[in-house]
Amino acid sequence: MNGLVDHGFSLNALRSGDKQEIARLVDAYSNQIYRLGLKMLGNPQDAEDILQNTFLKMLQNIKGFEGRSSISTWLYRIAANEALMLIRKKKPEVDLTDQLNEYGDGNPPEPENLIDWCCLPEQELLTAEARDHLDLNIANLPEKLRIVFILRDIDGLSIESTADALNISETAVKTRLLRARLHLREGLSKYYGERFSGRMDNHAAK
Amino acid sequence: MPQNDHSHCQDLLGEMSTYLDGNLNRELCDKLEKHLAECKDCRIVVDTMRKTIFLYKKTAAETGGVPDMVRERLYRSLNLDDLHTRM
Repeated sequence: MNGLVDHGFSLNALRSGDKQEIARLVDAYSNQIYRLGLKMLGNPQDAEDILQNTFLKMLQNIKGFEGRSSISTWLYRIAANEALMLIRKKKPEVDLTDQLNEYGDGNPPEPENLIDWCCLPEQELLTAEARDHLDLNIANLPEKLRIVFILRDIDGLSIESTADALNISETAVKTRLLRARLHLREGLSKYYGERFSGRMDNHAAK
Repeated sequence: MPQNDHSHCQDLLGEMSTYLDGNLNRELCDKLEKHLAECKDCRIVVDTMRKTIFLYKKTAAETGGVPDMVRERLYRSLNLDDLHTRM
């Protein structure tokens, strides 16, 4: 059987340790994986560890890779796993019952802040301070919601690939994505609402 | 509590998210858009949710790639050093 070609990558070449092909794969995905690590862990050292470990593990396991998912999905799966494991290692004291409520039990959180900040010009929405707040906002998301948001909304993976990468159902992907979006929306509405309170219609819910 | 009956707006949150992905079927899409035309609160939720996603996508796209030193160390860890200069 000739080498399978996966999105332009030759599995045979990768399996045989072809450096050109490995380098091509690394170049194709290192930006996204580094960014995933940064957004999940919040610091460059951890992001670099995740980047290296992802490709190292990929190379270690490429011979057993059957191609049931695409190589990119597989890389994201390894990276997501590395990120989640590292987070867990750093804060083992997390209260599991709190986290369970975030993952699909009961109804999604009701939007509270109904300020319409969409009309604000982009240069105001993206000041340096606002950007810091965007980072803080996503860092505060429970990690299992954060990873779904990163894969779906930032990396643009399909629902199917996201489910595959995280080993969860497509329904779980949709539920967690909704929760992530609601949390992030709420955090930004609070921030922009406080910053620009005099300038927008205020529809604060009671 | 808002004046209108919003008892079922909470149920529409999932649909709003699917709607933003362009994955809502025609019938539900029309139904939701009709609701959004009549319900300011829900419209604000959808609009701010859409904008939230947009801001995160935009700032992510603007971040530079892997820093040079990180890339060098990555290549070294994968025994690809000799290829590094081809960039």
